[in-house]
Amino acid sequence: MRPAPGPLAPAHLAVSGLSLSFGGLKALTDVSFEVRPGTITALIGPNGAGKTSLFNCISGFYRPREGYIRLDARDITATHPPARAKAGLARTFQNIALFKGMTVLDNIKLGRHAHMRTNLLEALFYWGAARREEMDLRAEVERRIIDFLEIDHIRNKPVASLSYGLQKRVELARALAMRPRLLMLDEPVAGMNREETEDMARFILDVKEEWGISILMVEHDMGMVMDISDHVVVLNFGKVIAQGPPVEVQGDPQVAAAYLGSGNPAELMRRLSAIGEAA
Amino acid sequence: MRIATAKETYIADEGLLTTNTQRAWMIVLALVLALAPFVLNAYWLYLACLVAINVASATGLNILTGYTGLVSLGQAAFMAVGAYAVAFLDGHLGTPFLLNILAAGLIAAAVGVLVGVPSLRVKGLYLAIATIAASFILHFVFTNWVSVTGGMSGVNVAPARLFGIELASPFALYFVIVPVTALMVLGAANLFRTRIGRAFIAIRDRDISAEVLGIPLLQYKLMSFALSSFYAGVAGGMWAYFFRVVTPESFPFATSIFFLAAVIVGGLGTILGPILGAAFMTLVPELLKYVVEWLGPVFPNAGAALSPVRTIVFGALIIFFLVFEPQGLAEIVRRVRRFFHLWPFKT
Repeated sequence: MRPAPGPLAPAHLAVSGLSLSFGGLKALTDVSFEVRPGTITALIGPNGAGKTSLFNCISGFYRPREGYIRLDARDITATHPPARAKAGLARTFQNIALFKGMTVLDNIKLGRHAHMRTNLLEALFYWGAARREEMDLRAEVERRIIDFLEIDHIRNKPVASLSYGLQKRVELARALAMRPRLLMLDEPVAGMNREETEDMARFILDVKEEWGISILMVEHDMGMVMDISDHVVVLNFGKVIAQGPPVEVQGDPQVAAAYLGSGNPAELMRRLSAIGEAA
Repeated sequence: MRIATAKETYIADEGLLTTNTQRAWMIVLALVLALAPFVLNAYWLYLACLVAINVASATGLNILTGYTGLVSLGQAAFMAVGAYAVAFLDGHLGTPFLLNILAAGLIAAAVGVLVGVPSLRVKGLYLAIATIAASFILHFVFTNWVSVTGGMSGVNVAPARLFGIELASPFALYFVIVPVTALMVLGAANLFRTRIGRAFIAIRDRDISAEVLGIPLLQYKLMSFALSSFYAGVAGGMWAYFFRVVTPESFPFATSIFFLAAVIVGGLGTILGPILGAAFMTLVPELLKYVVEWLGPVFPNAGAALSPVRTIVFGALIIFFLVFEPQGLAEIVRRVRRFFHLWPFKT
């Protein structure tokens, strides 16, 4: 059996001067920020601030009007989503995008698609190289991902039968199977209860530390964002209004204004801690 | 009750047959298929060959429609391409039998790729209409490209020859058609254990996230079209050697609907589905014929009165299955198997 591949170098993502508009509507205006290798960067902002549009630009569904997106030294602004996957970009979706007709195991295996080589003829005969590749994948998925995310009891279950929290975890597993160097999480704990949220936060931190992957996430749960991220970028009306370490961003009057309509950071802090306790 | 199926290797866990019971049944099936020609009379052998040809084509359509989610009503036209390819190669070039069948598949696959090109832009009913359009264009080609297809009168095909033996009867052809079909079904089963099969299902379930996972949609949709029409082409090639004449009316548009119905009745997106579906759709009309005959002594004139009823009963059976077993015949088999897994502790 071939040895499992060693840790990959975490990616550096740079977004610079990004603008996107739908007809006359400006979704993003001159957005610039970066995700430094091996850190967790959180993207926050009120509803409609442009977080998901930005995510879709980075993963290749929208083509920005201006600006560029770089993964390490490589400009990926105009590449197709499959090529971005090969370059080491993986993402999860806000409203879970698992394949309902397949088992958990098959969903996770799908993540590795772009890194496999079996062609149609080999697949029909399932001989030699094709079988070996499948078995290597199975072994690696079992050892590195299923164990890590504690989902061994559901590996053969159809995805549709799982609870919401578990589905989110399977989606993370699938993204990890892509061997990403930058992982993009779109609201990883939305709609989860406190226990599930804590589990997910722990997994995200473990992914950063053990797998050495850079992480970019959109999240509304402020308690979690402030707890685990290294860098926070705040969007409002398609513009970056503040960015920096969590503590600095929390104290920024503009951020308070965007969320509360008033410029009082103390009030924001009070409300945030209240939300954290309620959750 | 199913016990002691613990597996020690991933290879064993990912096998097609994972329990001894399954292996035993598969051996029984292989024996039955091998001995059937010596027991069945000519009429039933004819039906057995026809079922096998239809299973091959339905399995191909299932890859495209059941697993990749692209609805096609062009399967009969792809079969016709295969049949004409065989007729042409056999009549004009005299190439060997098995090579012709393979070539029929490859030529049909090439045509399938062309027909599949719109599938990147259109889905669902719109794609179905596009494939209907393609089959009418192909029908026009078959009727008018007289130098190759012989126009309306069609072409005759000489009996197949393999190792100097002439395969003219259903008895002889059975030993080629059934193994070829079995290999094709095995190929489909293998496919869905690998990355390519998974990619097809991913495109069916959620094409946007398939793309994010690194699956190029156009390439895989065309691959699915190619494979599906390869199956149809091989089936059409075998059909040509079996009936020995190909005309534009050999594969009417209704045949495409027949295959779609077979895949749906059998169970979309399962390996067993198209086998059961094609057998059901081919054999039930024949069985109903027997029922009418048996009723003859009870109801005089049953033949004349009940013949039209036969078609209605057949249609009603299809509707019955769609309503009461939307997952298809394969789901019934699965339920029976589950019953025996738990029996006698839970029934």
